[in-house]
Amino acid sequence: MIPILLKILKTGVVSEPAPATREEWRTRAATIEAEILAILGRALVIRHVDAGSCNGCELELQALDNPYYNIEGLGIRFAASPRHADMLLVTGPVSRNMERALRIAYDAMPDPKLVVAVGDCGRDGGIFGAGYATCGGVSKVIPVDVTVPGCPPPPMAVLQGILTAISSRAG
Amino acid sequence: MRIPGIQIDFKRMAGAAPASHARVDATQWAEAARLVRESSFRLVALWGADNRPRDGTFSAFAAYAVEAGLCVLELAIAPAQPVYPDISGLFPAAERMQRALHDLLGVAPAENVVAPAQAAAQSVRPWLRHGAWRADEFPLRHDFDASARRESALDNYAFVRVEGEGVHEIPVGPIHAGVIEPGHFRFSVVGEKVLRLEERLGYAHKGIDRHWRDFTVADGYRLAGRVSGDSTVAYAWAYAQAAESLLGVTAPARALWLRALMLERERVANHLGDLGALGNDAAFGFALAQFMRIKEDWVRLNDRVFGHRFLMDRIVPGGVAADASIGQLAEIAGQARSVAAEAQTLRQIFDEHSGLQDRFITAGRVTPDLARRLGLVGLAGRASGQPYDLRVDHPCEPYGALGVRKMVYKAGDVAARVHGRFDELFESLRLLEAIVDGMVPGETRADLPAPKPAAFGIGWVEGWRGEVMVALEAGEGGRIAGGHAHDPSWHNWPLIEHAVIGNIVPDFPLINKSFNLSYSGVDG
Repeated sequence: MIPILLKILKTGVVSEPAPATREEWRTRAATIEAEILAILGRALVIRHVDAGSCNGCELELQALDNPYYNIEGLGIRFAASPRHADMLLVTGPVSRNMERALRIAYDAMPDPKLVVAVGDCGRDGGIFGAGYATCGGVSKVIPVDVTVPGCPPPPMAVLQGILTAISSRAG
Repeated sequence: MRIPGIQIDFKRMAGAAPASHARVDATQWAEAARLVRESSFRLVALWGADNRPRDGTFSAFAAYAVEAGLCVLELAIAPAQPVYPDISGLFPAAERMQRALHDLLGVAPAENVVAPAQAAAQSVRPWLRHGAWRADEFPLRHDFDASARRESALDNYAFVRVEGEGVHEIPVGPIHAGVIEPGHFRFSVVGEKVLRLEERLGYAHKGIDRHWRDFTVADGYRLAGRVSGDSTVAYAWAYAQAAESLLGVTAPARALWLRALMLERERVANHLGDLGALGNDAAFGFALAQFMRIKEDWVRLNDRVFGHRFLMDRIVPGGVAADASIGQLAEIAGQARSVAAEAQTLRQIFDEHSGLQDRFITAGRVTPDLARRLGLVGLAGRASGQPYDLRVDHPCEPYGALGVRKMVYKAGDVAARVHGRFDELFESLRLLEAIVDGMVPGETRADLPAPKPAAFGIGWVEGWRGEVMVALEAGEGGRIAGGHAHDPSWHNWPLIEHAVIGNIVPDFPLINKSFNLSYSGVDG
């Protein structure tokens, strides 16, 4: 126990400040009512769906929980069920084999809900594009609020995308 | 290069990977498989191509690791009778590869192809085709209409049922609880104890084996690096080897040293993340916080020196696309030393944490005998006594000069796979310092000639999970005619079905993470 505590004390607090939002990433206007925004405040629960990504974007999403980005310190956390989620974070070009699962996860989310498409693949299928095996981007399957381009986009960019989507709800 | 016991005219291929190629007939294909098994050599990959434009036939390929390197057998298959000898009885890992090949190309494994009149293709259970294309269509065939709009048909995949009193079925996935790739696991349990696990993968299938045709030999590395993102360096290097092999090009020495630098940095990044995640899966959140912090420092240095946190698109045919200054190399060596020191402290904490060790030790055990019979490879293989590491067995430059130590254990449990990661981590950190020390000056990228049509090349690199193999055939005008990128996870996924038997369901995430296999890599 002592070595653990000593290591924690020695490491210290390394969390960095949250970035500002990027308005140009908003791709459709929010349809959320003002009173729901007031009730929801700024806490956010995210459900991630890997719709056939190469796993590069997942590495950056996993990094969001590391002490530097400390997404939980901003009141944002990942949940295991779409039924508990405010936002769907989707990676991958949407492989045809994940199309149905993605739709089911989206439909299972209660309103109001937001969708952020992560990565070049999430935006338009990336290097895989649209074909017999891939749909060509998340917006081909479900409505998307914000797209975060990159291959993969670094955690800061994903965080900005998430905050942009939230701020569209704060009004 | 030879397979003991059979006379096959192998032609040694040019290039860094020690590989030979031969065209065989069905009898030789079957006999070679039997002899490889008898000699205790390994199946590395099985794949296919539509070579009707070239010579009117389909092709099946099998790559075997023999004493001197990789033997690639190419079998021509007549379109009128699209069958080839089944090798899954000898190499269980081939079963899913053969199913995937049938889904993509429509060639089926058969018991007896020597007498075609008696050849009966076994009904081939789909693996990659979940209903996104029809059963009578085959995406790898040139006459498949890739742009046609198809409706996904709902398919009914018949999982094996376990009957008995108190047996319950738990379906997990394709969407999983955490931030992780998609795949389905069908558990049959009694109480908490797992009786049986059946995997169903293919959810991340992106049509990569067809996509190669959209690239030239010169730029196909971009696709290779996105087969499995956490192994982008290993794939890009294997691709570069295959391209250089068919082009007859050698990358300059400095490029090879930089490639090794990047490969070891990729290995370290993954081991750091996995060690944290393994602690976390045993409820030791401290481990995740510490290791992910160190990993963040690690990938940030990748970004500062090479311009990408995960080194994507840095290895190209001919060399590397980024260089490091003397100061940056010194920083890399310094970071290796400081990470080694931190990892020592964390290892001690892991070793002395009785709760953690209680979860790790004996969980998810794969005995060396089972590992050998089913062909477990790579990091997980070495944790179960399978002593294969390309950096030692068939070292390409600069590994011959570096002298990599192989980390092999017998216990085959989660604890062994944790020890493997720690020991390989320290070894890679040591290698990084040695690479910086031995870095040679000079050019970092050679020019590429135009590829000759039908030129064939192979790349073979020890990625962090295990051996990655890339096969490449050039077409007309510099384009790629066909390719295949093979992930070591093909061999290891079936072993997880065995590793979990007798363990409790809550230990599944821990056991699965201790392997940390690629979904995207096998889905192709």
